[in-house]
Amino acid sequence: MAAALLELENVQAAYGSVKALHGVTLRVEEGQIVSLLGANGAGKTTTLRAISGTVKRTGGIRFAGRDIGRASPEDVARMKIEHVPEGRGTLAQLSVWDNLRMGAYVRRDGNRIKRDYDRVFQYFPWMKERRDQVSVTLSGGEQQMLAIGRALMLRPRLLLMDEPSLGLAPLVTQEIYRIIRVINDEDKVTILVVEQNARIALRTAHYAYVIETGSIAVDGNAAELANNESIRRSYLGY
Amino acid sequence: MHLTFLALDPVGIIQQIVSGLAAGAVYASLALALVLIYSSMEALNFAQGEMAMFSTFVAWTLITQLHLNYYLAFAATVLLSIAGGVVLERVVIRPIEGAPPLVVVLVTLGLFGIFNGGAGLIWQYVTKSFPSPFPYGALVVAGVGIGYADLGLIAVSLVMLLMLYLFFSRTKIGLAMRTAALYPDTARLLGVRVSWMLALGWGLAAGVGAVAGMLIAPLEFLDPNMMQPVLVYAFAAAVLGGIESPLGAVVGGLTVGVLLALIGTYIPGAREISLALALAVIVVVLIVRPGGLFGRVHLQRV
Amino acid sequence: MRRLLGGKQVWGLGVLLVALAMLAPLFILDRFTTLEWAYVWLFAIAIVGLNILTGYSGQISLGNGAFMAIGAYVTAILVHDHGWPYLATIPLAALVAGVGGFLFGIPALKLSGIYLALATFTLAIATGPFIKHYGTITHGHEGIVLQQASDPTGAGLTSEQWVYYLCLVIAIVLFLFARAMTASRTGRAWRAIRDSETAAAASGISLAYYKTLAFAISALFAGVAGSLDAIVTAYVSPDSFDLPLSLGLLVGAVVGGLGTVAGPWIGAGWAIWLPYFSQRLKFNGQGIKPDIAYGVILILLMFVMPQGVVGGLWRLWGRFRGTRRAEESVEVLDQPTPSPEAEAAPTVR
Repeated sequence: MAAALLELENVQAAYGSVKALHGVTLRVEEGQIVSLLGANGAGKTTTLRAISGTVKRTGGIRFAGRDIGRASPEDVARMKIEHVPEGRGTLAQLSVWDNLRMGAYVRRDGNRIKRDYDRVFQYFPWMKERRDQVSVTLSGGEQQMLAIGRALMLRPRLLLMDEPSLGLAPLVTQEIYRIIRVINDEDKVTILVVEQNARIALRTAHYAYVIETGSIAVDGNAAELANNESIRRSYLGY
Repeated sequence: MHLTFLALDPVGIIQQIVSGLAAGAVYASLALALVLIYSSMEALNFAQGEMAMFSTFVAWTLITQLHLNYYLAFAATVLLSIAGGVVLERVVIRPIEGAPPLVVVLVTLGLFGIFNGGAGLIWQYVTKSFPSPFPYGALVVAGVGIGYADLGLIAVSLVMLLMLYLFFSRTKIGLAMRTAALYPDTARLLGVRVSWMLALGWGLAAGVGAVAGMLIAPLEFLDPNMMQPVLVYAFAAAVLGGIESPLGAVVGGLTVGVLLALIGTYIPGAREISLALALAVIVVVLIVRPGGLFGRVHLQRV
Repeated sequence: MRRLLGGKQVWGLGVLLVALAMLAPLFILDRFTTLEWAYVWLFAIAIVGLNILTGYSGQISLGNGAFMAIGAYVTAILVHDHGWPYLATIPLAALVAGVGGFLFGIPALKLSGIYLALATFTLAIATGPFIKHYGTITHGHEGIVLQQASDPTGAGLTSEQWVYYLCLVIAIVLFLFARAMTASRTGRAWRAIRDSETAAAASGISLAYYKTLAFAISALFAGVAGSLDAIVTAYVSPDSFDLPLSLGLLVGAVVGGLGTVAGPWIGAGWAIWLPYFSQRLKFNGQGIKPDIAYGVILILLMFVMPQGVVGGLWRLWGRFRGTRRAEESVEVLDQPTPSPEAEAAPTVR
């Protein structure tokens, strides 16, 4: 089997003495949108943290064939993995423009960075007009779009998103997921999305994993999972 | 207490205000250095004044012993101080990043002793004079004589403040430093090496302190204890303006400078207890409005 | 909580040390050393007081030298200008300093952590100029010269021996008093406040009362120390009570071990004898200034052993005896747990 872009093998993680992941194994193929679902406290956020190095973890984590199990968050960013954390990680006191600039922090290709700003403004025209607005004054949906815009400025190969729908109205959520599909399609960004809202996640993703108390319970093609009533009832609550 | 200033003497008042602004510019600079470090690690660097003093002594050596041109020595001292600040952070502060406030306070106090004693050891306690690049004499504007030294001091401070402002708002590294100070975890996810930003913060603070020291040295005499009162006034300025606000540091410093000048001239005997006044300012502000004039009031972690 | 040394054994050790201290000047020590040890005892009084404030109730003070100044000047002025016998001035000096501490403790209630450190730092720096300013009462920068204290008991002690015993006895008495306080309900209240103010307040402890009490007591102790300092040195001046003094007290308390019983004694010994030894090392023809030695050792200590000498030794002892967790509290004579700063200390990288 060809190597996937991201491979986790028996990854364990703990907060101090409290173990959160008991052996997570999953793969994300390049070009896919993969959804990680599960209840609160199941370990979804911790899994993303394990990948980006913001929690102590053991086990095999391979990105594009390279072992990143010991990498620090700064190194992970340099490998073009962007982790958008819970709460979006908006740099609240900084302007929209500064947030976008920070997205491109690790890049050195000045000219292409300029073109990428234009691309982000194409996706989100309001950002161009309100670039000096302090980002804490943006609405939840706008902050999520800013997080995506900032992520795009990195030109990531892999985008990790933690609950993009959190706190957003249904229409806004749909818009965000539409944008996620577009980015995946046009910019060829591989995306691993952690979500509580299983419905919209399964409609958007290609593949899905369900995590329960720190390990993977069920996985499969997203459409098949969505159609499987018993799985939906037992694991996804609808 | 005679309120003699009420007997209108506009020329005198203006002159006092100007020299107050000049001294205030020095307090503002040192306060800015304090704010720089505080906003990146929630710690007060009690050694900031001693570091500035040490830098000034280095400049003195470059000028009087190695006969370097003043401007060259000035630039070299600033660069050396920046480098020194970075090294200091890496060696002494990094091992205690994240330690409780008492530990950080004690380490900076340790640095205080090392720099103070070190300066005394290397250069002894005989006071020295430090040259000023500004000409003697005064500019006369509408009958008011304003010293060139005062004007020069204000001008240099303004230039330095402008450069810092541009650095932080326009450059990539300045932005990264601000991000690292405000949101260290998110900054890491964006690839910022937060630890090195801290080191750079110390470096810049040391550089700013060196400028403050070299500006005030011609006015006071150069000796190892010269920056201690300045440090107190800088603390008062930083607290008054808001310990995390660079703008507050500047406004606070200028205010403290002018207040001290006016009080010192027009209220007899006030000059000697100006340090006690600074203490009063610090205590009162921290109790009444801990965030200072420009800061947000935020929870203090003990 | 395990007892590593039985209560009786530690008391026995204490009595032995006191006996040694009592006999030493008569048989072992020369005049100079006797005098230096007198300073150690009076410094220990101040550090015991500071230990109560910072080690037990968790309030950082960089300014207790100011309270020493109060005590010293009360004694000096009463003796020099009003003819009081110096022994009688000591309680009054203590009282005035204590009141001063209480008054400072009131606004200090609103300050915590690093802001309190800042306020007390400024207090220390402002003390000297303040004294000079009120020169009519304090004799300003000239200082006040007193007579050498001599033995009133007719036992034929030298001046150095007399002040040695005076300081030692007062130190022991005050130490026992402090011990009684810290072992009592007051001490438990202090420790509760140090560990978590919100939790302490929630369990009904009056923060205002106990915190100002701690300030008052530590200032009182400092006042006694200052008064004795005036008597032993036979001279006070505004420059004797500067920032290095206050820092020396705090550093002594930290080096000895905040929140420990024996710590202040070790700290006092360190504070008085370190400058003596550091002067012996020559650089550039002069001795190494004690500031440098203080600074280096303090920094190294913060990296390696923030609990101070005594705290660190108890940890090592605990490990040696097989008590596993370093965080386990060690009980000797109800010795409190090392301060939270120490618990949170990072390991050496």
